[in-house]
Amino acid sequence: MRLAAREAMVGFQRAPMLSVLSITTIAFSLFAFGLFSLVALNLRTALQQVESRVEIRAFIGNEAAVEDVAEAMKVVGTYPEVSRVEYISAEQALERARTELAEFRDVFEAGVLPASIDVRLAEGHRDPTTVEAVAARIQALDVVEDARFGAEWVQKLYKIRNLATAAGVILGLAFATVAVIIIGATIRMAVMARAREISIMRLVGATDGFIRRPFLMEGFVKGVLGGILALVLTWIASIVISRYFIQTEFFDAKIALLGVLGGAVMGVVGSAVSVGRQIRKVT
Amino acid sequence: MIRFANVVKEYQRTGVALNDVSFFINKGEFVFLTGPSGAGKSSILKLIYMQELPTRGDVWVSGTKARGVKRKEIAMLRRKLGVVFQDFRLLEDRTVEANIAFALEVIDVPQDKIRSKVARLLGQVGLSSKATNFPSELSGGEQQRVAIARALANDPFVLVADEPTGNLDERATRGVFQLLRDINAAGTAVVMATHNLELVKRAEFRVLEINRGQVVFDSADEKKRKPELTP
Ligand SMILES: Nc1ncnc2c1ncn2[C@@H]1O[C@H](COP(=O)(O)OP(=O)(O)OP(=O)(O)O)[C@@H](O)[C@H]1O
Ligand SMILES: [Mg+2]
Repeated sequence: MRLAAREAMVGFQRAPMLSVLSITTIAFSLFAFGLFSLVALNLRTALQQVESRVEIRAFIGNEAAVEDVAEAMKVVGTYPEVSRVEYISAEQALERARTELAEFRDVFEAGVLPASIDVRLAEGHRDPTTVEAVAARIQALDVVEDARFGAEWVQKLYKIRNLATAAGVILGLAFATVAVIIIGATIRMAVMARAREISIMRLVGATDGFIRRPFLMEGFVKGVLGGILALVLTWIASIVISRYFIQTEFFDAKIALLGVLGGAVMGVVGSAVSVGRQIRKVT
Repeated sequence: MIRFANVVKEYQRTGVALNDVSFFINKGEFVFLTGPSGAGKSSILKLIYMQELPTRGDVWVSGTKARGVKRKEIAMLRRKLGVVFQDFRLLEDRTVEANIAFALEVIDVPQDKIRSKVARLLGQVGLSSKATNFPSELSGGEQQRVAIARALANDPFVLVADEPTGNLDERATRGVFQLLRDINAAGTAVVMATHNLELVKRAEFRVLEINRGQVVFDSADEKKRKPELTP
């Protein structure tokens, strides 16, 4: 480890600008991953809460017979996706509306809200497609006039999460590519600066593996530094978001470590891709 | 030990540099490579330490065959031979002892072994007092001694020298040449390219004369042939 630090320091002194650039692009890459992962992580928590409340509300026509409604409830109860079926009469619906939306209690008059069958879905069947499919089946029942579900905004949340993940991956990959290119350029310069030394190493029998080693070390150290910088940036971002927008949770230690490791991998891979080709040019 | 068999070396940009070169160098031999500039002396040496590979024919050096040789095998071969050049090729930012130790460090020799070995090598080339000086603080002859010490670090079976005295004055030339003779006397083969015909004449070693990429004279053959030619 001491040797690695020394090699990295030498690399730094040789090309400080490029080294800083390498580290910051690695950091930005991981920061993009981290930021969007943070969004995805927090949305997932939100989604889990929302999903536990996912209900399909099937409104019953006014003229529906009681037996038909009971029959429909039985049928819906047999669906494997369904965990609970509950009948809400028109009076109960009115009462519920008045307590839930207390500010508007006078707006609701008897007879405005129809009776309904409230259907709760089992865990694992609360994603938008399943909800929609079950709702469609319920809608098809004769007694049901209209089946509603919180589709739009559940779907929206899902979309945002998928978008955040995709944006994170794309931006992260873009930065990762830039990082690898910059590391490659740094290696090329470093190899050129040490061409004399490398050619003497070859002359006395050093293997390619040995010659490559310090460059990979340098990449590793830069990657770890970039990873730590990204972690700090993401952490700051989460604090800012928590203070000014909504309470967010941060990654646990395992994921944070994984991020730093990702930086190390980027640094080593970026170096490895370039160094083999570069040192072969020196004979 | 070193064998060239019908070696042709063609460079991409300059064409044929060696044309059907064959010879054999024995264990512990001292061989001069002579010939005009551009004859192909350095090319032969490069083929020995496998900096270059033959276009046709083949080269064997201590059990390593040039045809189809792997990079790793070349590295291992170089640990068994030493190379010195006209321009010394020392690292200017390292002391004399660090330059010699470098050759051992890069093949992963343990530190304690390196220290004793470097001290011994410095004694052998007569530079013990200059161990902590930098190359720029040394004379040309002294710098070449450092390069020779570095080349000897791995106890090579052969020392390949490409005009080792080319940059030295007469006195330094004599000193370095004497050092090479001592090394040879201790059992290491020496293959030395040189323009210095004085050295060649004074010493009784084998001479391979190269001209236009061919061996035009081999004193070893000459000796064999002589009785037949002279009636
Ligand atoms: N790396 C190379 N690439 C292309 N051509 C080369 C290379 N090295 C040598 N040559 C060519 O091969 C020929 C022989 O060169 P070489 O260096 O072997 O000669 P030499 O006998 O060592 O000459 P000198 O006494 O001047 O050192 C020359 O014509 C040269 O132009
Ligand atoms: Mg030459």
